[in-house]
Amino acid sequence: MTEGMITIAYIAASVLFILALGGLSNQESARKGNIYGIIGMLIAVLATVLGAKVTGYLTIIICMGIGGSIGFFLAKKVQMTEMPELVAILHSFVGMAAVLVGFANYLDAGAHLEGAERVIHEIEIYLGILIGAVTFTGSVIAFGKLRGIVTSKPVLLKARNGLNLSMLLICIWMGITFVGAESISAGMWPLVIMTLIAFIFGVHMVMAIGGADMPVVVSMLNSYSGWAAAATGFMLSNDLLIVTGALVGSSGAILSYIMCRAMNRKFLAVIAGGFGTSGGTVASSGDGEQGEVSPVSAEETAELLKNAREVVIVPGYGMAVAQAQYPIYEITRKLRDQGVNVRFAIHPVAGRMPGHMNVLLAEAKVPYDIVLEMDEVNEDFPHVDVVLVIGANDIVNPDAQDNPGSPIAGMPVLEVWKAETAIVMKRSMATGYAGVQNPLFFKENTRMLFGDAKASVEAILASI
Amino acid sequence: MPMKIGIPKEVHAAECRVAATPDTAEQLIKLGYTVAVEAGAGDKAHFSDDAYREAGVEIYDDVKALWAESDIVMKVRGPEPHPEFGVEESELLREGGYLISFIWPAQNEALMQRLKARNATVLAMDSVPRISRAQKADALSSMANIAGYRAVIEAAGQFGRFFTGQITAAGKVPPAKIMIIGAGVAGLAAIGTAGSMGAIVRAFDTRPEVKEQVESMGAEFLELDYQEEDGSGEGGYAKVMSKAFIEAEMKLFAKQAMEVDVIITTALIPGKPAPKLISEGMVESMRDGSVIVDLAAEQGGNCAMTVPGEIVVRHGVTIIGFTDLPSRLPTQSSQLYGTNLRHLLTDLTPEKDGQIRVNMEDEVIRGVTVINHGEITWPPPAPKLSAAPATKPAPAPSPEAKAVEKPAAWKTALGMAVAGLLLLGVGSVAPAAFLAHFTVFVLACILGYLVIWNVTPALHTPLMSVTNAISGIIVIGALLQVSGGSTVVTLLAAIAILIATVNIAGGFLVTQRMLKMFQK
Repeated sequence: MTEGMITIAYIAASVLFILALGGLSNQESARKGNIYGIIGMLIAVLATVLGAKVTGYLTIIICMGIGGSIGFFLAKKVQMTEMPELVAILHSFVGMAAVLVGFANYLDAGAHLEGAERVIHEIEIYLGILIGAVTFTGSVIAFGKLRGIVTSKPVLLKARNGLNLSMLLICIWMGITFVGAESISAGMWPLVIMTLIAFIFGVHMVMAIGGADMPVVVSMLNSYSGWAAAATGFMLSNDLLIVTGALVGSSGAILSYIMCRAMNRKFLAVIAGGFGTSGGTVASSGDGEQGEVSPVSAEETAELLKNAREVVIVPGYGMAVAQAQYPIYEITRKLRDQGVNVRFAIHPVAGRMPGHMNVLLAEAKVPYDIVLEMDEVNEDFPHVDVVLVIGANDIVNPDAQDNPGSPIAGMPVLEVWKAETAIVMKRSMATGYAGVQNPLFFKENTRMLFGDAKASVEAILASI
Repeated sequence: MPMKIGIPKEVHAAECRVAATPDTAEQLIKLGYTVAVEAGAGDKAHFSDDAYREAGVEIYDDVKALWAESDIVMKVRGPEPHPEFGVEESELLREGGYLISFIWPAQNEALMQRLKARNATVLAMDSVPRISRAQKADALSSMANIAGYRAVIEAAGQFGRFFTGQITAAGKVPPAKIMIIGAGVAGLAAIGTAGSMGAIVRAFDTRPEVKEQVESMGAEFLELDYQEEDGSGEGGYAKVMSKAFIEAEMKLFAKQAMEVDVIITTALIPGKPAPKLISEGMVESMRDGSVIVDLAAEQGGNCAMTVPGEIVVRHGVTIIGFTDLPSRLPTQSSQLYGTNLRHLLTDLTPEKDGQIRVNMEDEVIRGVTVINHGEITWPPPAPKLSAAPATKPAPAPSPEAKAVEKPAAWKTALGMAVAGLLLLGVGSVAPAAFLAHFTVFVLACILGYLVIWNVTPALHTPLMSVTNAISGIIVIGALLQVSGGSTVVTLLAAIAILIATVNIAGGFLVTQRMLKMFQK
C-alpha cells in the first residue's frame, strides 16, 4: 500500500470511529455504531500492516492472536456487575501500551530530527510516557479497589500535597534533562526515573479516592488513556491516533464532568481525594432530630406494591453487589402484568461507573424505556405510591437539599421521600460511602426492609 | 362497689348528641363501671334503648333518680336549666359527684361557682391539653373535624351548582372555587371534604407551618407578601397578629372574595372573640349565589354579617352561621365524643376496677380537671409544647457564593487569554508539520465534545467500553515499530501489540454483548 492509500484508510477509520460514538446517542443505533467501530479498527490495522514499513508478520500474528484470544475470553466471561473492573483493567492496558510504544520510539532512532522539531518530538515522547504511566498504575489501583483487593476507603498520606508537588517538580526537572540529553543513553535515565515517578503518582492519586468516587475515577482514567493515545499520535506523526485519542480523551473528560456534577463536587476536589475531608465542617446533622425507623416485612412490602398504581424502583450499588437485578425484573414483570406502572429511576452516579445500573438492568432484560434518568423522574415522585430503594443511600439523601451543612449538600438527589411510601432495603443502619446519616430512614412515610437485598427481593417476589 | 356512670338526655334545644353510645358504654363496663342511660337519650343520634340494654346498660325512666344515683355524670353540653323540673342540672348532681362534659370555664364563671358549691369534681372536655398523649381524648378536635365536614355539606346544600367540574353533553361545568380560612382541624377536614367533592380548594392560615399539611390535602396554600411574622401561638393555636399583617391579610381576602364561590371560615384565637376577616364590602363583592359558612359564629363570627345559629342572605350571598354543626351529624359525633370520654376514663381508671382516680400529677388529667372536690383548679399551668418545631434560623444567603461568580467570568476570560498566548508561543517556534497535527487534534477534541454530549446517559457504560476498544488504536504505533532494528524495540512493540489487542478485542466484544441486552 502506498502512503496515500494508507492515509485514506486512516481517514475512513477516523470517520467510522466518530460514527461509532455518534451511534450511542440511542439504543437502536448503538449496535450499528459498534459494528462501524469494529470495521474502522480492521481497516486501520490492515492498512498499517500492509504498509511498506511493516515486515515482522509472524510476531504480529502471534501477538495479535494471543491478545485477541485473551480479549475474547475476558469479554465472554465477564459478569455485568464486574464491568467497572474490566473497564479499569483495559484502561491500564492502553496506558502500558503507550509507555511501551514511547520507549520503543525513543530507542528506535530511525528518524533524525534537528532543532525545534527534535525538541517537540522529545516532549511528545516524554508526555506520552508520562500520561501512559499514570494511566497504567492508576487503572490497576482502580481495578484493585473495585475488586476489593485494595481498600476502597481513601488512603490519605499526611504530606500528600507536598508529595504530589515534589513529584511534579522532579518530573519537570527530568523533562528538561531529557530534552537536553545528547545521546539516547544519556536521555534514558531521566526517562526511566520519570516513568517510575509517574507510576508512583498514579498509585498515590487513585489510592486517595474513595469507593463512591469511582465513577469519576474510571471516567477520568478513560480520558487519560485517550490523551495517552493522542500523545503517541503526535510522537508518531499519526493523525488517526491523534483523532482517536482526542475523541476518547474528550469522551472521558465529559463523563468525569457529568459524574462530578451529579455529585455536586469539583473535579479537582475529587482528584485531591477523600470525601468530606476538605470542608472540615462535617455537620453531624443533629442527632437529636433522628427518630424511630419503622421496619416492614417482605410480605407487607409485596402487599403495598400490589395495591399501588405507580411504583418506582431506585437501584444502587447494593443491588449490583447482591445480584438482585434478576428477581427485581421478575417483580417488575409480575406487577406490570397486574397493571401496576413500574419504572426505574437511575441516579447518574449510582453504581461504580457511569451507566452501570442501566447495563445491569438491561442484562436482567428490563426494557430500557422504563429505565429513566434522574431528571426525567424526579418531578413524578409526588404522584408515586411506592418507591423501592435497593442498595442506594447517598443518592436518596434529603440532607443534600435540606441541610446546607451536610457534606453532600447541593448534590442532586432522587426525591423519593416525596412519594407516598418509600421502602428502603438495607442490610443495616450503616451510613453510605459519604459517611453521612440519612434522614430519609427516619421519615414518617419511610419503611425499612432490613436484610440481604437479594433475599429480601426474592421474599417479596414469593409474596406477589 | 363499682361506681355508676349516668348519661342523661341532653336538654339543650335541638342538641342531638349523646355522651355514650352502646359501643362506648360496653367499653366503660369493661373498665368496671356500671352504666345507666336516661330512656330515649340516644334517640336523636339513632341509638335505641334496646341497643343500650343489649350492651348491658341500665335504662332509667326517672331522670332525677338517674342523677341522684350516679357517681359520675357524663354529658355533651354543660349543665343547663332543666325544662321539666325548672332547676339547673347542676342542682341535680349528687353532692360530691363527678361531672364530665364541655364546660367552657372561662365563659361560665357562675356555673363554676354553682358546681363548686356542690363540692363536685368537674372534668371539662374543652380543656384537654393539646399534647400528643391526650389526642385520643381531644373532643374539641373530633368535634372540629365533624364541623369542618358538615360545613362543606351545608355549603353544598345552599350552593346552586356542582362542586366538581364536569364536561357533559349539555355543556361544560366549571368546578367551584372554595377558600378556607384557618387550617386547624376543622379547616383541614373542610379542605379534605371539599377536595373530594371535586372543588378547587385554597386555604389560608397565619401559621406558616401548616402549609405542608394544607398542600398534602391537595389544596393550594395562599401566602401573603408580608413575611415577617409567625402566627403560631402556644399549644398549637393561632395568636393575634400585628396590624400590618392583618392589612396584608385583608387585601388577600378581598381579592379572593371576588374569585371564589364558597368561603368557609374557621379562624379562632383562644380566649378572644373571633377575628373579623370578611367585611361587608367583601360579601358584596362576591358573586350572587355564593355561600359563606362561618364556623366561628358562636364566638361572634369571622364574617361581619353572620347571624349566629341562622342562615341569612345578604347581598345575594348565603351566610350560614350554624353553631351546632357537630350536632347535625349526631351518630358520628356521639360515637367520637363517646370514644373520647372512654379514653379519658381509661386514664382515670388505671386499675380497671370501676373506681375513678383523679391523679393531679398526670398532665392530661390535671388539665382536664377544672374543679377538684369543690376546689377550682382552673386554669391549669399551660403546657408549653407547640406542635410546630421552633423556627429554624433561615440559612443566611452566603455572600461568598455571589462573590465567587464574578471572578469566575473574568477567570474564564483570563484562562482563554493565557491559552491563546501559549498557543501563539508554540506557533512561533513549532514546525509546520507539528501544527498540522495540532490542528487535527484541536478539531478532533471539539468534535468529540459535540458527539459525546449526544450520548444517552443509559449508554455510558457501553460508551466507556467502546472508547476503550478504540483507544486500542495505539496498536498502530506498536505495529509500525515491531519491524524495526533492535531486539529491544521489537520486544517492547510486541508486548504493546499484545496488550493493545486485548483491549481492542475485549472492548468491542463486551460492548456488543452489552448492547444486545438493551431491549425495549
